[in-house]
Amino acid sequence: MDISVFLVQLLNSIQYGFLLFLVASGLTLIFGIMGIINLAHGAFYMLGAYLVFWLTGITSNFFVAIVLGLPIMLLLGYIVERTAISFLYKRDHLYQVLLTYGLILIFNEMQKLLWGTNFYSVPVPEILKGSIPLTENQVYPHYRLFISMVCLALAGVLYAVIGKTRLGMMIRAGAVNREMVQALGINVGRLFAIVFSLGVVLAAFAGMIAAPVSSVYPGMGDQILILSFVVVVIGGIGSIKGAFIGAMIIGLADTFGKVLLPDIASVAVYATMAVILIWRPQGLFGKA
Amino acid sequence: MDTPRSVTFILTLAVVALAIFPWVGESFYVSLVMRMMILGIFAMSLDLLIGYTGLVSFGHAAFFGLSGYLLAIVTPDSGPVSIWYALPVCLAGAALAALVIGWFSVRTTGIYFIMITLAFAQMLYYYFNENTDLGGSDGIFIFYKPTVMLGSWTLLDLDNHYTLYYFIFAGLVGSYFLLRMLLRSPFGQVIRGIRANEARTRALGFATFRYKLVSFVIAGTLAGFAGFLEGLHTGIMSPAHLGWHESGTAMMMVILGGIGTLYGPVVGAFAMVYLQDWFQELTEHWLLLMGGFVIAVVLFLPNGIAGLIPQLTGRLRKKSPAAQENGDE
Repeated sequence: MDISVFLVQLLNSIQYGFLLFLVASGLTLIFGIMGIINLAHGAFYMLGAYLVFWLTGITSNFFVAIVLGLPIMLLLGYIVERTAISFLYKRDHLYQVLLTYGLILIFNEMQKLLWGTNFYSVPVPEILKGSIPLTENQVYPHYRLFISMVCLALAGVLYAVIGKTRLGMMIRAGAVNREMVQALGINVGRLFAIVFSLGVVLAAFAGMIAAPVSSVYPGMGDQILILSFVVVVIGGIGSIKGAFIGAMIIGLADTFGKVLLPDIASVAVYATMAVILIWRPQGLFGKA
Repeated sequence: MDTPRSVTFILTLAVVALAIFPWVGESFYVSLVMRMMILGIFAMSLDLLIGYTGLVSFGHAAFFGLSGYLLAIVTPDSGPVSIWYALPVCLAGAALAALVIGWFSVRTTGIYFIMITLAFAQMLYYYFNENTDLGGSDGIFIFYKPTVMLGSWTLLDLDNHYTLYYFIFAGLVGSYFLLRMLLRSPFGQVIRGIRANEARTRALGFATFRYKLVSFVIAGTLAGFAGFLEGLHTGIMSPAHLGWHESGTAMMMVILGGIGTLYGPVVGAFAMVYLQDWFQELTEHWLLLMGGFVIAVVLFLPNGIAGLIPQLTGRLRKKSPAAQENGDE
């Protein structure tokens, strides 16, 4: 592999890792703070992609579609938390898995009802259509760079919100000791609803900005969900930092697996996970 | 293992009904009942993990599908394979996979265990999904059912509808008694101890890792047996058999029937297959109904159907003492 191909693949894996991070960070936040294992997280990613496809068709502007789509997903996340997830606190993980599995069946089928089973593509917005020449015959598209930049900015915002703000303080405290936070007069129910909705928005946003580079298709959520699980397990459940490192590792393993070992590419990701788990069963940044 | 007598009575009736069913039911329903019994074995094996060992595996379909694929692989294109060769290969394959996956997984607990078993099952899923030699995402046909010969004498002809039915029926009843024996043994006491309180069981001097691993391997092997029967019955294996929807459905059967009872998951399997068939007849978008049903069970019926039977009969008993004597004998 010559150096420019290597460079392009490296950029691709970083960009893919960033997307995975957006989805996995929501998953790990929801688990770390609320103790909920949310299988429906991938479905929100898929719904985000379909929403942006649909709204881009109507408004013919990708960015307007995102701005319109996000509040819809925020609302959906809130409704799902209030009507279903909120009954699951303190229930066994088994029931959380099953209920959110039921949600997946419903969301996947609703997607088929609304948009059918075709594959769709979302055009890359006009101003991001160009690409950067790396060498004579290697270019890197602006849009992929845009994805990386946005994700990096969001990761920074997430880090700042959780580390520096009052909301972040409550979130961290809620993760450590729920009853104590409640006793201090903080409405934990509302805090959980906020965290869940934010997680949903993160997943949906990832689906939205991924839509122009991957096509929009049924079941796209399932695939990203499993990979996000792998990311969360590698990084250590509940750790945002772990999710970030884990996402980068999986981004690299997946992209380079496809280039170097095309026959067993998807196995490469899980093999990576297995190796890391032999070394640290609780994940890289997890508490045992 | 104190099964209430009212339940024993109902179960005996159910077994008798299953034994005579092929002679009275339409062939479509006979085939459906075969599917129910196969998934019953599968769900029972999962309950050994979830209900008795306290290991919530979300990748149990891996062993089910793997074993079915092994049957497809050992069956030549030109003719049938001997069951004396095929069945041990399928069971050993499932057991080996369970040993490897279990070795990684059972050292973790809770949510890690759920996610890791899921990830390993998906790894196998993608392997079969992308392997074009094995039919890729379309799956692979098993054109010939294995022969069951003793020397040159045909012991069982599995191409015969009735024979196949009773073969599966015997598999279900056999698996039930095997698991019951296992759970009544000292081994069964230890794994239930692990479920109740692992730290205390370890403090009593039991190497809990080993017990959990053995339980995982036994459950995986039994799931492999169910997968073998599935390949035998349907004649086709596809990656979907290993997918997480299959694992989720099995989990659902365990919960719906009643966790921690051996007969519960079988009841759950019958109910789920029946519902699936009914929903599919109602609407093309039957998964919508299934999703709603799953959520409703989690919210309103967490102890499953098996939890209802003693409750209902208990209520009857309070009302009329006469019903008790009639019901029990």
